[in-house]
Amino acid sequence: MASHNDKGSGSGSGFGTAAGIGLALGAAALGTFLAARPKREWQGDDAPGFTARRSFGKYDVVGRTVTIRKPRPELFAFWRDFQNLPKVMENVDSIRTSGDGRSIWTIRAPAGRTVEVETEIAREIDGELIAWRSVEGSEIDTEGRVTFEDAPGERGTRVGLIIAYDPPGGEIGRLIAKAFMREPAMQARHDLKRLKMLMETGEIATSARRKDETRAAQQHSGQETT
Amino acid sequence: MRALTWHGTHDVRVDTVDDPEIVNPRDAIIKITSTAICGSDLHLYDGVIPGCKPGDILGHEFMGEVVETGPKSTLQKGQRVVVPFTISCGGCFHCKVEQFSACENSNPAEKQDMSAVLYGQPMAGLFGYSHLTGGYSGGQAEYVRVPFSDIGPIVVPDHLDDDKVLFLSDILPTGWMAAENADIQPDDTVAVWGCGPVGLFAIQSALAMGAAKVIAIDHFPHRLELARSLGAETINFRESHVLDALMEMSGGIGVDAVIDAVGMEAHGFAFDNMMEVAKQKIGIGADRAHVLRQAIMAVRFGGKVSIPGVYGGLTDKFPTGALMEKGIQIKSGQTHVQKYTKPLLEKIENGSFDTTFLISHRLPLEDAARGYKCFKEEQDSWTKVILKPGMAA
Repeated sequence: MASHNDKGSGSGSGFGTAAGIGLALGAAALGTFLAARPKREWQGDDAPGFTARRSFGKYDVVGRTVTIRKPRPELFAFWRDFQNLPKVMENVDSIRTSGDGRSIWTIRAPAGRTVEVETEIAREIDGELIAWRSVEGSEIDTEGRVTFEDAPGERGTRVGLIIAYDPPGGEIGRLIAKAFMREPAMQARHDLKRLKMLMETGEIATSARRKDETRAAQQHSGQETT
Repeated sequence: MRALTWHGTHDVRVDTVDDPEIVNPRDAIIKITSTAICGSDLHLYDGVIPGCKPGDILGHEFMGEVVETGPKSTLQKGQRVVVPFTISCGGCFHCKVEQFSACENSNPAEKQDMSAVLYGQPMAGLFGYSHLTGGYSGGQAEYVRVPFSDIGPIVVPDHLDDDKVLFLSDILPTGWMAAENADIQPDDTVAVWGCGPVGLFAIQSALAMGAAKVIAIDHFPHRLELARSLGAETINFRESHVLDALMEMSGGIGVDAVIDAVGMEAHGFAFDNMMEVAKQKIGIGADRAHVLRQAIMAVRFGGKVSIPGVYGGLTDKFPTGALMEKGIQIKSGQTHVQKYTKPLLEKIENGSFDTTFLISHRLPLEDAARGYKCFKEEQDSWTKVILKPGMAA
């Protein structure tokens, strides 16, 4: 992800790109930083790459970490069953999985339209990591990674999500941008919070006074909510 | 149903709105029998808390009868319950360490951003207290939807009247936690700013915890009289210089512990306060922190500062020098109500705590708007207003 070449190198380097986003961003920051200030040495740190002050080349990257008071295997299993994700991902209408490890994500777009993105698993470590990327020719060029790490003591599990994508152009891109990419950082943040709520409390908090006033209900009826 | 709704600064009305219903599995619906107007509701009334929308139902001190339960609720129809103003899930880290008012799951995901920007992390959900805290419909209504009803509400015995137990919802635990946060030791002299309900309960609690002397500060004679009736000495800040008086009354040392039960809308004509009144008038999100400044000046070196009074934004001219050089400790926060309801219900039941002495008015819900106006404008005599949806208008 540090350079265009990494991403463009095809299917073989899929995991390296996906799993390496954090580190690679550090490297990209290093490169940019040195170029801008040749007389000063890079003073690297341990912060996640997506908290860097700079942006990186062609890809937009968003990342977020949430601590969930549940065991790692339980959270991993929930995520690995991709069909669970629309419960917490507001803009994802459905995820269908096919036998060859591919998934088709149906994402809501304005005016009742939907966009489909086909992804494949790029790497998986049981209980620790799932990485995916869009397949060749997909409408959105994207990849993502979710990691599961034991939190200290009895605090549960730290779940980290990183999504990188190439903001697409054209008509379809415009729709996608509105539906999914407009505020991907906010979307990721809210989706992870909803995941936390569902896992820790068995439900997703809403202040709606009636069932037809929840966000989910209003989205399905096509109304904008605030 | 009928409900008290917010429409703008100093504009609240009793409107007809849709009844609530069970939305999530752990919900319950409560038919309200008593609900109070809180001093902190006046911050909403005065328009100094951001995130209120026209039509929002206010009210976070309420109790009533369970009339409907979701499949995961542990309540039963017909039970009388008092509901904490803090909405807490019971399953997150903060709930597990009994910091219920910091619940990570009760404020809906899409509502968390505003308070996260203001405070670094998002607030929990609270009933009827702006969209900053979730936009939940409050209890100044005939019915209310209570999320996580298996965690918050406390069932109260039938022989205790509403008047005796209603304040378990907020102000009694808030006064108690204020005193607990002041870490009161038996020989302590404690100063309490504000003799509203929270200040009065803080005085009662501090004395129950063994404080040697409690000094109450206000300017309303009737409220000071209530404080005196609890056993406090008083300072009327219109009559005496507060800092000089506190130095003398603590034997020249400074008071051991201070409790700011006033918060962001301090009264008085001190220079700093007038500057901040002006800023609030023109819409700058400035807290009037006159009381907190004075409290920090009044506390002794190594003393303790407790802040139950509500602040929401930023303030200027904060005495960082006194804060550091004096080595004081500060504890604050919205009340972890669920932690205190059971022990405080015991104190009410065994007669060691009276909660009814500060109630000045009982009104039908239909008169709620008048209740707000008088509670704000006639603070000396209107010390606490209880609204009764069942009372004839």
